[in-house]
Amino acid sequence: MRVGVVTFPGSLDDQDARRAIQVAGGEPVALWHGDHDLKAVDAVVLPGGFSYGDYLRAGAIARFSPVMTEVIAAAEGGLPVLGICNGFQVLCESHLLPGALVRNDHRKFVCRDQGLRIERTDTAWTSGYTAAQEVTIVLKNGEGGYVADELTLDRLEGEGRVVARYLDVNPNGSLRDIAGISNERGNVVGLMPHPEHAVEALTGSGTDGLPFFTSVLTEVVGG
Amino acid sequence: MSLDTVKQAGETPEQSQPWAELGLKPDEYAQFHEILGRRPTSSELAMYSVMWSEHCSYKSSKVHLKQFGEKVTDEMRKPLLVGIGENAGVVDIGQGYAVTFKVESHNHPSYVEPYQGAATGVGGIVRDILSMGARPVAVMDPLRFGPADAADTQRVLPGVVAGIGGYGNCLGLPNIGGEVVFDPTYAGNPLVNALCVGVMRHEQIHLAKATGAGNQVILYGAKTGGDGIGGVSVLASETFEDAGPAKRPSVQVGDPFMEKLLIECTLEIFAEGIVSGIQDLGGAGLSCATSELASAGDGGMHVWLDRVPLRDSSLSPEEILMSESQERMMAVVEPAHVERFLEICAKWDVDATVIGEVTDTGRLRIEWHGELIVDVPPGTVAHEGPTYHRPFARPAWQDALQADVAEVLPRPQTGDELRATVLRLAASSNLCDKSWVTDQYDRYVQGNTVLAQPEDAGIVRVDDETGLGIAVSTDCNGRFAKLDPYAGAQLALAESYRNVAVTGARPLAVTDCLNFGSPEDPAVMWQFAEATTALADGCQRLGLPITGGNVSLYNQTGEQAILPTPVVGVLGVLDDVARRTPQGFREAGQQIYLLGTTREELSGSEWAHVVHSHLGGRPPAVDLDVERQLADILVNASRDGLIDAAHDLSDGGLAQALVESSLRYGVGCRVWLPDDLDPFVALFSESAGRAVVVVPRSEEVRFTDMCAARRFPHQRIGVVDGAAIDVQELFSLPLDELRTAWSATLPALFGP
Repeated sequence: MRVGVVTFPGSLDDQDARRAIQVAGGEPVALWHGDHDLKAVDAVVLPGGFSYGDYLRAGAIARFSPVMTEVIAAAEGGLPVLGICNGFQVLCESHLLPGALVRNDHRKFVCRDQGLRIERTDTAWTSGYTAAQEVTIVLKNGEGGYVADELTLDRLEGEGRVVARYLDVNPNGSLRDIAGISNERGNVVGLMPHPEHAVEALTGSGTDGLPFFTSVLTEVVGG
Repeated sequence: MSLDTVKQAGETPEQSQPWAELGLKPDEYAQFHEILGRRPTSSELAMYSVMWSEHCSYKSSKVHLKQFGEKVTDEMRKPLLVGIGENAGVVDIGQGYAVTFKVESHNHPSYVEPYQGAATGVGGIVRDILSMGARPVAVMDPLRFGPADAADTQRVLPGVVAGIGGYGNCLGLPNIGGEVVFDPTYAGNPLVNALCVGVMRHEQIHLAKATGAGNQVILYGAKTGGDGIGGVSVLASETFEDAGPAKRPSVQVGDPFMEKLLIECTLEIFAEGIVSGIQDLGGAGLSCATSELASAGDGGMHVWLDRVPLRDSSLSPEEILMSESQERMMAVVEPAHVERFLEICAKWDVDATVIGEVTDTGRLRIEWHGELIVDVPPGTVAHEGPTYHRPFARPAWQDALQADVAEVLPRPQTGDELRATVLRLAASSNLCDKSWVTDQYDRYVQGNTVLAQPEDAGIVRVDDETGLGIAVSTDCNGRFAKLDPYAGAQLALAESYRNVAVTGARPLAVTDCLNFGSPEDPAVMWQFAEATTALADGCQRLGLPITGGNVSLYNQTGEQAILPTPVVGVLGVLDDVARRTPQGFREAGQQIYLLGTTREELSGSEWAHVVHSHLGGRPPAVDLDVERQLADILVNASRDGLIDAAHDLSDGGLAQALVESSLRYGVGCRVWLPDDLDPFVALFSESAGRAVVVVPRSEEVRFTDMCAARRFPHQRIGVVDGAAIDVQELFSLPLDELRTAWSATLPALFGP
């Protein structure tokens, strides 16, 4: 099972995503931003970081990199794609997901062990969770406030596309406590928290993030 | 517009030069004539002036620092792969891995411009570590500010913290610890120290030297701009008479994205083995890099300065030589490897330009559009700066200060008073919850963080397979150092050493950042001399080499110097990070033991500071042999699985240790204080050489046997239990109430 992890200039959690895939039992494949090549992977992770420095809007430049042309086309064809943090921002900038991520309402970077409720368990990336499962996953971002117009938000809720919601504390001012969403088909998921930092008991916030990576392996094998 | 060339300098010996404005002394200026056989050109003058400055030449401190290289035993040499003097020392941690770490100051820039000052402090230390051949794996920031509620602290602290986070987070380096300390003496003189630790394989160690005539000198990274030029503008304004005084900023501006590319690009270059020497560009920019590389190698270098890519085309050669633009590195590369070197840089979109060549002339020659503007023996710039033997003397007020002891101050007596004191101290600015600061730092990136703040030391895993890891702590109690600089420096060493051992790591090496007031004040110079002697002696006693560090002087406003602040960083190693000992109480029923001896030592304590605003007396006694025994017990107990938690006793004494261990996971304790001590002393004394440990019942016999066999004082003082700190027969403090007080302080001052 080959899962690609894209490295943009400024990607930071790419090696961590590769490790998480390995821990889950998959084969991580490094993908380079400058290549028009997905190396025949079965799924793609867009990792966290500050692609191109994020001096413009986060993810706004990464969206135009050669590899994203391939990711966008493949995602539209059903390839499972998970965007984590900066990767979520890239997916929104790419219009694979609706809405946008804006600067945290408290104007500061925040790093914490965040409580989440998994709201949807039939996506490619969340099938390993039980319905409404409550988990703790590392969150770390400066621009993690999810925003969209009311109509879009209602539609996301109506179609059950809110994948995860913040519990107890809303850490960044996200509307309706949204921590992650999916596309209509459920193959593309964007998530602000970092499940790749919750796959080992020794590091990060525990192992609650592992099902994101085991889910996609099952999905691809099963599908 | 006239260019001051070597030829012109020879022909116009009488031309006056602004040496005094550049901070040079008459005899130093005269020395340049002796070295060169003529007056220096303005470019040479610029280079000498920055390289002979206090910051670069350590001219006031080096007579004292040399003890670090002299008081060395075989035990200390054993783990050393590269000693002090390189960008950072390198120690062997086993399994073929080597570690380099260093702490530096960026105090003055951070006061002027908190965000950029602190950000570029992180950037500078990271490049230092990178240039040894190591992948940076973690950073920590020991910070000190004026009173938490002072208006200027409101300006400085949020900017410093945002700058460290903004830069470090963007590099993908976990921030795993550090300190946040408040004291009135740091108002106007905040201390922003930055530590970085890096890991490499033994064979990857790189050194800063330019050898092999014909090898190419490549400048790569960011373009050179006008940042950090500051005082050297006086030369520019003289050279360009018609332009008037140039207004150049003295604080640099950082671009962490460029630094991230520089790290990845440099590591890829190392992996291919195509550099023969490398150095980062930090203070004194190209002046420093060219002269240091050349003098450490075969002694010659020719540089075509007009090839340096510029961000601002109006820069004069003097300014280019001085510029402290960030995110730049210089490499020496054999001609056959240049093409591949440039290819890797291109892959990472990093500019790289061949600007010079190694020669065997023994001279550093710099050309500007065909004209020779610098022709010097590089060693005279880099290493042969002046040495000052500044007068130092124990100040007259020291006796009175030491006579004014805190042990006589009114103390809380009743259970209620003790309870209120625990609560008050826990909520005080130095002891309160620091997550307002540390939550702005990414502590998880790279996926190897095993422990991070508020733990006693930060731990990162080095090898996924074997679990090999390293622990780092930084500490200093400046109040103790003020009361007795010798004892204070050793207490800082002891605390940092203990903090590493508490996590189960075996202490291995030391770095220091010596922050002091003005060296022109004999009292400050005495503090400095005492502290350096104490550290050299102390490290010898503990068997730990000092692998590098930094000195920051002139942290002083008028007559008011900062507390002498010798920040000590200790690095330790764990063969398997799964064995690490965390700080918090977790499992009810486990036994709490106090290790070490508690004496009536309250002078300089957090209690005296918070409750009485008092500073006087003598600091706690320090016994490094006891520290060594304690560390041995902690490391062995961790390895053998005898303890499940441990916390060092320092600021705030036993009371604060119980507070922190209880709040970590929200599990409290029942404690009975020893009969032979005043409960107040038992709770608030800051005696050194102590720790609390948590022992599972099943291991109790083995643990107490181990302590008894070593004749180390150990005493069962309680049990992990409940949701309160319950001190038998005195008071009970629910954790909810405690947490509310402890965590409210910084948000109340600095916003939610």
